[in-house]
Amino acid sequence: MSETPRRMPRSFAHLSDEAVVALVARSDQSALAELYDRFGRVAYGVALRILRDEKLAEDAVQEGFLTAWRNADRFMPERAKASTWLLTFVHRRAVDLVRREDRRRADLLPADAELSSTGSAEDDAWLRFERERVQAALKQLPDQQREALELAYYGGFSQSELAERLGQPVGTIKSRMFAGLGRLRELLADPPGETAWKPTFTT
Amino acid sequence: MEADLHDLTAAYSLDALDPEDARAYEAHLARCDRCRAELAELAEAATALAFAAPTPAPPPDLRARILREAARERSNVVPLRARWATPITAIAAVAACAAVGLGIWATTLSGKLDRREAALSRQDRVARIVASPGSRRVVFPQGSLVVTSAGEAALLLRNLAQPGSGRTYEAWVADGGAPRPAGLFKGGDVVAVPLEQPVGKAATVLVTREKSGGTNAPTQTPFVVVRSSAQS
Repeated sequence: MSETPRRMPRSFAHLSDEAVVALVARSDQSALAELYDRFGRVAYGVALRILRDEKLAEDAVQEGFLTAWRNADRFMPERAKASTWLLTFVHRRAVDLVRREDRRRADLLPADAELSSTGSAEDDAWLRFERERVQAALKQLPDQQREALELAYYGGFSQSELAERLGQPVGTIKSRMFAGLGRLRELLADPPGETAWKPTFTT
Repeated sequence: MEADLHDLTAAYSLDALDPEDARAYEAHLARCDRCRAELAELAEAATALAFAAPTPAPPPDLRARILREAARERSNVVPLRARWATPITAIAAVAACAAVGLGIWATTLSGKLDRREAALSRQDRVARIVASPGSRRVVFPQGSLVVTSAGEAALLLRNLAQPGSGRTYEAWVADGGAPRPAGLFKGGDVVAVPLEQPVGKAATVLVTREKSGGTNAPTQTPFVVVRSSAQS
C-alpha cells in the first residue's frame, strides 16, 4: 500500500474550490475528500506550526474539516473564497487548542533554514510557489507589523496578551495588525513584475 | 462602543480576540456592512499566512479518519465514488490497451484530422476573445494575456521553444485555491491558447512544462506567472 496521497480524479480537476464546497453541502463524501486533497496539507502545516504537536495538529485539522462538512450549506461564495472559509475553521480550532493547552511560545519566527529544509521533493510545486510568494510579501512589512501578525496568527496570542508581552497599548497592537494585514493584502495583489519566473528548460 | 468594534476587524481575522470581544464583534458584524466588507478582505490576507507555513505531509491515515467521521455524522451521505478511488494511471493503461486493439494506424489518422480541426477551432476562439469589445490585455515578458469582460481568456506567447519529446506545456488558472488545468499546448513562434477556465479579476495564470497528456496539478515550477489584475 503506497503512502503517497491519491491524485485528484479527473472528475473534480476542473471544479473550482467553491463548486467543490457546494458538493460537500450535498453530503458528497468524495467532494470532502477532494477538499482535503486540495487543502489538507496547508491545513496540517499551519496547525502544526501553531501547536507544535502532531496529535494536536491532527485534531485541529480533523475538527476544521468536520466544521466545514457541517456548515457547507451556509457557505457564501460572495463573502469569502472557499480556501479562506475552510482554513479559518482549522486556524480557529488550532488557536483554541493552543490557548487551552497553553503551549504558546514566542520563539516562532523560524529562520529561513527551517523553512527550506522542509521543502522536500514531494512538496508540490504550487505550495512551494505560494509559500515563497507570501514569505516574500511578509519580509517587506515593517518589523513591528510582521511581528504582530506572526505572534497573533502562528502564536495564538490575543491582542491584549500581545499588548502586555510587547509592553504597548492595545491600540498600538490593533493598528499594527490593521496596517500589517492591509499592506500584506496589497503586496499579494501586486503583479509579480520583474520577479516573474524565467524558463529553466533542460532539453 | 460601536466605533471601537470597527477597530477589531484585523484582530478578529487573525483569531486574536479574547472570547468576549469576539462575541461582541460577531454581534456587531451582523449589522455592519462596512465591517463585513472589510473582514472579507482582511480574512483573505490573514489566511495567506497559512500558506507561508512549512507544509510537511500530514499522517496518511488522517484523510480516511476525517472521511469516516464525516460519514458517521450523517445518514444521507453520498459515498465515495468508485471512479474517485481508481488511480488515474489505471484508467490511462486501459485507454492505451484499447488504442492498440483498435489498430494504431486508424487512431493516428483520425488523430491527425482531429488535431487539425481542433487547431482551427482554437484559432477561432482566440480570435473571438481578442476581438471582443471590452477585453483587457495584460502584457508580460513572454507574451500577453487577453481577458474578456465575461472572464473568457486567451494566452499569447512568443518564441516558445518546443517542450521536448514526451512533454507538453500546460496552462493553469489559480483563483485563491489550487491551480486548475486550463489547456495543453506545444511551442512555436507565436502560440495562441484559449484557456479552458474562466479567468476572474484576482486570478493568476501559470504555465508549466509537464509530461505529455498533462497533469491534474502542476509538478514543475511555472515559467509564466501573470495576474489578470496586473496593469500594463
